[in-house]
Amino acid sequence: MAPLLELHGVTARYGQVHALHGVSLTVDEGQVVAVLGANGAGKTTTLRAVSGTVRRDGEIRFDGRPLGRHGPETVARLGIAHVPEGRGTFAELTVWDNLRLGGYTRRTSLKDDFARVLEYFPWLEERRSQQAGTLSGGEQQMLALARAFMQRPRLLLLDEPSLGLAPLLVTEVFRIVKELNETTGLTVLVVEQNAHIALQAAQTAYVLEVGRVALSGPSAELREHESVRRSYLGY
Amino acid sequence: MVELARRIDLRPHRTYAGVSLPVILGLFAACVFLAGGCLSSGIFAQQTVAGLAQGAVYASLALALVLIYRATEVINFAQGEMAMASVYIAYQLIQWGFSYWEAFVVTLAVAFVLGVVIQVAVIRPVQHTSVIAVVIVTVGLFILIDGLVNWKWGGAIRFMPAPFGQKVYHAGGVAFARQDLGTMAVTVVSVVLLWFLFQFTKLGLGMRAAALRPAAATLVGVRVEVMLAIGWGLAAVLGAVAGLMAEPAQFVLQPTLMQSVLLYAFAAAVLGGLESPAGAVVGGLALGVFLNLVGQYVHFITSELRQPFAFAVLLAVLLVKPTGLFGRSRVRKV
Repeated sequence: MAPLLELHGVTARYGQVHALHGVSLTVDEGQVVAVLGANGAGKTTTLRAVSGTVRRDGEIRFDGRPLGRHGPETVARLGIAHVPEGRGTFAELTVWDNLRLGGYTRRTSLKDDFARVLEYFPWLEERRSQQAGTLSGGEQQMLALARAFMQRPRLLLLDEPSLGLAPLLVTEVFRIVKELNETTGLTVLVVEQNAHIALQAAQTAYVLEVGRVALSGPSAELREHESVRRSYLGY
Repeated sequence: MVELARRIDLRPHRTYAGVSLPVILGLFAACVFLAGGCLSSGIFAQQTVAGLAQGAVYASLALALVLIYRATEVINFAQGEMAMASVYIAYQLIQWGFSYWEAFVVTLAVAFVLGVVIQVAVIRPVQHTSVIAVVIVTVGLFILIDGLVNWKWGGAIRFMPAPFGQKVYHAGGVAFARQDLGTMAVTVVSVVLLWFLFQFTKLGLGMRAAALRPAAATLVGVRVEVMLAIGWGLAAVLGAVAGLMAEPAQFVLQPTLMQSVLLYAFAAAVLGGLESPAGAVVGGLALGVFLNLVGQYVHFITSELRQPFAFAVLLAVLLVKPTGLFGRSRVRKV
């Protein structure tokens, strides 16, 4: 079976600054794949190359079809939900409006989707009319996940979900991601600095170093890998 | 780097406090004062109603400015001239045999299309270069539209039928012009429709998302460029409403129709806080009433001083409370 997402020799740049120098990776359907690496390694840019929010070259295939020159709106409509760094919640809008935006590209009623989202985030019900900006950081991250889930994505791109969250909340976020993956078969490509938790959640992982894939393999193997242990896990 | 700046949302985050309490109390006090004045003096009541009608026109145009400011982050200096051109389109339709209200509806549709075309043709190409480039384009549009209208319809004075007639109602010794009441009604209807569109429809949600956070909006599939174009179209429609309602008060139609109104609309929009649609409406109405009452009761402020006085209001707001009545101070989160 062809992988759901396939990157081959992908390069990307911001103006004159090259951020990716030929990244190749594959994400199989139903998997959680983690991308690890230090600051500036190109983790975020890898996700942005997929969602079309950065100028990119090389081959990107989603479900066998080239994403090519599609802009972010089209990529979103193809079934890829990108939760960017800083979550991309609309702080000025209500929680409910944020969720409505998740279902923006569909014509059908959002009732069923909302009911499904409530199974994972029951507290959203009573916060429906609250302004998203007044939620706590952890709640906003959950809202971003819920909104992405409303998109009914086939692939979820998750950028640094642990950023700025207390350790307990980080565990909670990853627990929900894992649960979504196991119960709904949602495919996830997650970028994370916290290698420890990312390697627990993912089946496969890639390590980026200055815009290239330095290492890759099943999470269990990478966890034992000498350099990963020393650089990213710290023991 | 332009691409980078465009993709990353560089705009400062906003605070979420609504209207502050002193502002609410101040507005409430003003309303009490107006109500008291209206009950005790017929002339006061008459001037207040006339002021509300003029203010409704300022409010419509100010709302158009705010719509564009929220979407494109510039003041559209051509807003008044776009409105004036719309009035000439209505004039032409009436000349061709349309009734006033048929022409009214068709003009709004044409204004929408023109607004969209302007955004796509001349704003979009420069939108991501710099704010000053967009401002210069809108100034250029001002000159272009003014020139085109003068070329097509000449500088000659023209007349349009009065949409509400010349009837005057009398109630308790106070005279109310049907024209004033009609202007207010049309403005209220258009503001309510617009509010409904933004608050309750999917299109409105997409437009709000696109204006607030374009980068995040694209990620959920909102076609931001389309939303911005529709925003310009709606602003042009509001402008056309303002123009058509401003015209009868001036009795004649000439290309300078909206130039003073634009100044009042600027003042109203700044008074309301530039980013707040509700602020633009309140600002417009307040300015209309205020200028009328000042003109009536402060004797050295004659009609020649009306415009400088509005400009003084604008300056005072910028100096004392730059965020206006309903504006939110911008706080950059790090």
